[in-house]
Formats: sequence, C-alpha cells, structure tokens
Amino acid sequence: MAAVMPAPAQSRLLMSGNEAVARAVWESGVKVAAAYPGTPATEMLEVISTYPDLYSEWSVNEKTSLEVAFGAAMAGSRAFCAMKHVGLNVASDALMTLTLTGVAGGLVLAVADDVGLSSSQNEQDSRFWGRFAHVPILEPADSQEAYEYTKLAYELSERFQTIVILRLTTRICHVKALVTVGERVPHVAAGFKKEAARWVMVPGAAARRIPLMFEREGKLREEAEVTSINVVESGEGGKTDRRVGFITSGPAYMHVRESFPNAPVLKLGLSFPAPFEKIRAFAATVEHCVVAEEVEPLLETELKAQGIKVIGKEILPRQGELAPHVLKPAIARLLGEEVPKVAKTLPPLPVFPRPPTMCVACPHLGVYYTLSQLRNVTISGDIGCYTLGFGHPWNALDACISMGASMGMALGLDKGRGAAEKDKKIVAVIGDSTFLHMGMQGLLDIVYNRGNVTILLLDNRAVGMTGGQDNPGNGRDIHGEEAPRVDFAKLVKALGVKEERVHEVNPYELPTLLKRLREETKIEEPSVIITNEPCVLITDYHKLKPFTVIDDKCTGCGNCLDTGCPAIHVTKRDSVVKPSGKTVDLAWVRIESSVCTGCGLCVQPCAPDAIVHADTVAKVSVMQRH
Amino acid sequence: MSEITNILVVGIGGQGVMTATEILAEAAIALGHDVKKTEVAGMAQRGGVVSSHLRFGPKVLSPQIAPGEADILLGFEPAEGMRWAHMLRPNSMALMNTGRLTPPVVELGLFEYPEDPVQQMKEAGTRVYAFDASAIAMELGDIRLGNTVMLGAIADQLPFPAETLEKCVLKRFARKSEAVIEQNRKAFAAGRAAAAAALKGEAVPA
Ligand SMILES: Cc1ncc(C[n+]2csc(CCOP(=O)(O)OP(=O)(O)O)c2C)c(N)n1
Ligand code: SF4
Ligand code: SF4
Repeated sequence: MAAVMPAPAQSRLLMSGNEAVARAVWESGVKVAAAYPGTPATEMLEVISTYPDLYSEWSVNEKTSLEVAFGAAMAGSRAFCAMKHVGLNVASDALMTLTLTGVAGGLVLAVADDVGLSSSQNEQDSRFWGRFAHVPILEPADSQEAYEYTKLAYELSERFQTIVILRLTTRICHVKALVTVGERVPHVAAGFKKEAARWVMVPGAAARRIPLMFEREGKLREEAEVTSINVVESGEGGKTDRRVGFITSGPAYMHVRESFPNAPVLKLGLSFPAPFEKIRAFAATVEHCVVAEEVEPLLETELKAQGIKVIGKEILPRQGELAPHVLKPAIARLLGEEVPKVAKTLPPLPVFPRPPTMCVACPHLGVYYTLSQLRNVTISGDIGCYTLGFGHPWNALDACISMGASMGMALGLDKGRGAAEKDKKIVAVIGDSTFLHMGMQGLLDIVYNRGNVTILLLDNRAVGMTGGQDNPGNGRDIHGEEAPRVDFAKLVKALGVKEERVHEVNPYELPTLLKRLREETKIEEPSVIITNEPCVLITDYHKLKPFTVIDDKCTGCGNCLDTGCPAIHVTKRDSVVKPSGKTVDLAWVRIESSVCTGCGLCVQPCAPDAIVHADTVAKVSVMQRH
Repeated sequence: MSEITNILVVGIGGQGVMTATEILAEAAIALGHDVKKTEVAGMAQRGGVVSSHLRFGPKVLSPQIAPGEADILLGFEPAEGMRWAHMLRPNSMALMNTGRLTPPVVELGLFEYPEDPVQQMKEAGTRVYAFDASAIAMELGDIRLGNTVMLGAIADQLPFPAETLEKCVLKRFARKSEAVIEQNRKAFAAGRAAAAAALKGEAVPA
C-alpha cells in the first residue's frame, strides 16, 4: 500500500479497532512497526504501512517481528508489534526474557485473541502472558478505546520501562465504530546505550533483574489502583440496582452495559496487574459480584485467592463471547428469576453449511486433485488456504495443528509407523509463507535425521489465507516495492535435500504432478516438489480465456467436479446401473464463464473433451447462423 | 423500532456485503447517529458465509445484534437469508435477493439447496419481500452492481431519507467515471423500484 495523507486531527472517523490502533501508533511517533500477518490482527500493520514517517515491515514470523520491535525500543525509539494470539506462542521466547531487560523507548505489543474462533486453530487467552511475563495488560472495549489505550500504552511503557501488551479480540479488531483522532507528536530516539548488565541476559545479569521485574509489577499494581481507566460506574440515570455488580474488561464491558444498564460496573482498562483494593471495595457495595471476562477465569481465580467473594465461571461459559444473550439468562438464574426467553425468536431454519472454499482456479486445486488420486498415503498438513484440502471433494489432508508443524509431524509419522504401515507413503504439504515462518527448521530435521517424507512446497508467492500479503518468497516488501527474493529450490538444497530430489512443477499440469508424486513417494529419502504458480488474488496472476461446457458432449461423468473449482456447477443429476450391476452417479455440469479464469485444470480430466474455450463456442454458433 | 436500529446484512464472501453495510453506516453517521458495525475477515472471505451487524442510534454499546432483535434483514442470497432469519424480531421485514449461489457442497450432492427459501421464511414468521437483484445488476451490465441494487431496496425502509443513502453510495464512486456513477444511480433506483413493487405484491420484471 502506498502512503496516503492521514486524516487531520479532530476528525471523527469510522474505524475498526485495528485501524484505530494503527492511527494511534502513528500519532505516538512510533519509528518501527513489525508484524507477521494473522487474522484478526493483520490490518494493523497493513494500515500502519500507509502512514508516512515510520518504518514498517512484514517480518518472517512473530518472533522476528517482536525482536525487531524490541531492538528499536533498545535504541530508544518507540516501537510497535502486532500479532494474532497464536503468534505470541512463537514469539514468547523473546517476550519471557525481554521482560527482564525492560525497554528504553516505548514498546507496545498488540495481541489479537480470536474469541469466538472465527478463523483460528484455537481460542487461547493472551492475558495469561501478562501473568507469565509480569507485564501490564490493557484491554480496550471499542475502537475509541483501542486508539486511546494505544497512546496510553506508550506512556506506561516508558514510565515503567516495560513492554505493554494491548489485548484485543476479534470484536475489537473487526468492529467499526466512531473514533476522534488527534495530532501526531514526534518522538526522538535516545539512541542505544551500551550497558551489558541491562541488555545481555546471562544468568548473573538475569538473576539481578528478576527482583526489578517484581518491583515493577508492584508499582504497576499501584498504578492500577489509581488510573482513570479502572473506573467504577453506577447505573444509568442514577438508578443503581445493587443486586449484581460486574467486574469486567474488553468487549465484555459493552455487553454487560448493554444487558444491565442499572448495574454497578467496575471496568478494568488496565486489567493486569489487577487493583485488588479497588476491587475489594467495589465487591463490598454489591450483593453478588460477578467477574465477566473473556475467556478464562484469570482475574476470577486471583480475586478468589485474595479472599474477595466473586462469582465467575460457575455461571458463565469458559469459551466464546459473553454476548448479551449469554449474560442475561446466566444472571437471571443467579438471581433465581425466570430466565428470559430470548425475545420470542423465530425458529432457526435448516440450511446446508457453506464452508469457505478455495478460489476459482486456485493453484492448490491441482495439487489436491492429484493427492486425492494417491492411495496408501498419509498427508501431514499445515496452515494456509491449502488446509481446506481436508474437505470435499479432495479429502486429502490428514492433520493440521500449528504453523510449520507439517514437517515435524511428517517425520514423526515416518519414524513412528504402525506395524501395518510399512509401505505407507508420508507426504507433507506446506505453503511458501508457512515454510519460511517455521517450516524450514522442520525440513532440516527431516533431512538431518534421514526421514522418508515427500514434501509439497506450495509456492503461490503470497500469504493467501490472510489476504495475499507480500513475503520474502515473492520479492516484494510491505509497500509492494521490490525486495530480495528467496530461491526455494536453492534453499531446500542448502538444507541438504539432494539436487535430484528437488523438482519445480506447474500445479496446473496434472500428469506431471502425478508422475512426480508417484516417483518421489517411492524413493525412500526426503524430496521436495515445489509448485510455482501464483495465488489468483495477487497481481502476478493473469487470467486466460474462459472455458465453457458443450452440453451435448458432457456425459455426466463428473470428473471435473473432483478438481473442486467453484466455477463448475451441476445442472442435472442421475444414476445409472452399469452392466456389472454397479450403480454410478452422474452429474452434468456447466461452467460459470464469467468467473472462470481459463486455468485449464478441469479440461484435463474431462474424457469426452466437452470443455472448450467459450469464445470458440460463440464462433461456432455465429457460423451456424450464417 | 426502539432507540437503536439493528440491521443485519447477509450474503456470501465476495458479494459486497461488507461494503454495503459500511455505506449504510456512513449514512447513519451523516445523520448524527452513533454507529457500530461488525466486520468479517479471514476464512469467510472465500465463498463462505458473511454477515454484518449494523447498529445505530443515540449511543450504541454492544456491537452485536442479539437473536430475535434485528429490525431488518438485507439478504444478498436466498439461502443465506434463510440461515439468519431467526435473528429477526417476529414479523419483521426481510428484503431478499432471489439470485442463488450454490456452494460446492451442494454441487457435489452432499446437501440439498432448499426448494423455496422465501416461502420457508414466510412460513416461519418473517415478512419477506423478494426480487432478483442479481438479474437487475446483470441487466444494467455488471453483477457487481448487485450491492447498490440491494442498498436501493432498503433505502425506503430506514429511519432517514433515501436520498441520504443514495448520496453515500455515489460518494463511493466519486473518483470513478461518470458512466460508473450513472450505472450506480440507475442500480440504486432499480433497487428502490424492485423493493417497492415487491412490497406492493407485484411481480417484478427482472
Ligand atoms: C503462528 C501463526 N501465525 C499466523 C497465523 C495466521 N495464518 C494462517 S495461515 C497463514 C499463512 C498462509 O500462507 P501460506 O503458507 O503461503 O499459504 P497460502 O494461504 O498462501 O496457501 C497465516 C499467516 C497462524 N495461524 N499462526
Ligand atoms: S487466496 Fe490464493 S491461495 Fe488462497 S484459495 Fe484463493 S487462490 Fe488459493
Ligand atoms: S478452467 Fe476449469 S478449473 Fe480452471 S477456472 Fe475455469 S472452470 Fe475452474
């Protein structure tokens, strides 16, 4: 994205939480911002990259992004890093020690939890990291607060010389609301001051910094007692109903306020370290004190340990959002009231599921079509668009847990074969971005430990899953400008894969792909097959002439449907009994030529050659008319 | 309607559901309302289910519309309208595009597409006004005009003038050619007419 003129101060803008954070980062005079994409956090860096006067980058993974931001903060600059929740698992090694060194310039880490699991592999609660690393957690409840807390986070970070975690959730990142923005205040970097006892964490130095970390936590707890973002609110319009009071933070605050306008609320903006005394005093003013936190009972457990009487996950779920329709019945039950029927709702109507699909002409289609033809194979998968290969029509991905895991899992599947699996082929499938993120190390492990795995490295020159971002594999930086490009073939050879075991193939050439896969899975050593066609979402992709189906020629074999291209639609179904007595299902098809990009994939399995270029058919009909 | 208006816009990835909701939000803001609007990103983009909640009024707290509390449903695809119909207050209005988009799971014969989504929604207790917005858009020369048609359709059902919404729609294309602006003007008008006709119970010429 190119730099644009930021909106003037005092503008009131409709902004997502991500956009609001980005604006505040810019206004705070941040010099370095780094991230690896991940839903729902991706847009923070995307938007930051459009602002002038700061350096931004797509890093190779979350750990490098945090290290880059930390480096800048050591140099006395203000720095920013953003990631999705699982990213912090990857970056945690850096976090757990940089909490000891502290920072010179302000360092803010925005972590986006996918509460409600809209697009992630788990629903972990990032507020744990505050407790684990002894660093403060700020929890905004909407876009305006996301903006304000980001600016506040820089003040806190510099005042207490610590990284500050800004904990967001999908409901903050991806809800748009009005934000009043302000002026940019430049920040001057103090420069790096050499100080081994501070920055070199050898055991002796680290041991001396641990007490300082605890001292800082104590001071932050005092801050939490007095800060204006930890605030007691009484009921709306002076009507306070003291039967239930809530201690809450983040988006749950909005749901609580919406559901119980008359209830007293203690809203925690700085939720860790928690202000125990403020909470104790608040709890004494209400009959039942309920902790409404998404998602784990972290604060609740701490308060109970403090001897403060609170109720939490006894009545509220430990998973998903605490939306009004979840809160209201739970509180009614607590008060022994009749549980309100959710507003006499209409019955849900049964509708087919509509899972996300791969794009029309996606370069992964041919790979999964081919994999679905292989027998006696276990397919170790990874995270990306190609994870969808587990579904219909391919059913060709057998495991997926975390980024890069396809490599290690494949080696484990190989070494840990069951007694009856002697001849089982192990294939690992991994995308380019995922390979660079965490897969390379796993491949090295396969090579070094002489694993018998065939690796499909799907190089579509993009981080497709998160919207087609650039990465070191496509030679473009975050601004779309030319950058050094990784040579995957050379890279895997350098890791020790034999020259003759590395192949580049065009994933639309089905026979070549099948032949290569058959050959390489037979050979009992690591091999890498690299596909080399781009994601259809990016500018590298070029459309070709669209295809159509000649109705009279289509025999209803349905082979083309096995490619999984969403441009192919069934027009008619039937089943016939073959002379052998076997029933065969038939499906006649048409191609939606307005979306077909002419990749030619479905043409190949079509036995009667019924799929032809749309313009040739048009010509034929014109000629017939003459 | 209470102080807060709850509009639910649904469809599938790529249909412009998000943009349409954003334009509705802009119109509400132009009239001085507080606004919250949910986004969907990630997996849902690729042909998956997309729904966006828009809430506006003097002050909006929770961004989510609770089941049974949507005032209007704007459905970009009939089966998707059906999927979310239970979010409506009983007897509320759904404005629905009848242009179907069948997903691969239906193409592969694993699931059936409901025979008559509009009828089923009516039977369940929703006032449904349906028209073929996809066909209208195609007629006007571009399927992508579908979301402008849908915005035209809802324009007369909002607690503010249709012209405010139209202005916000056209502002989106301010930097485009006059022809594109004109196309959208026509699409908006066609959507208004289609909804008006459906409300009158007339058949709509597609
Ligand atoms: C640790 C971690 N960081 C980020 C993500 C979000 N994410 C999911 S898949 C993916 C990358 C996909 O890119 P690639 O491997 O190139 O496959 P493609 O989607 O392009 O097919 C990302 C960033 C994640 N799931 N886990
Ligand atoms: S975004 Fe790219 S990689 Fe992902 S499904 Fe679409 S074409 Fe394939
Ligand atoms: S040629 Fe076939 S597989 Fe390729 S985009 Fe067109 S319909 Fe899809």
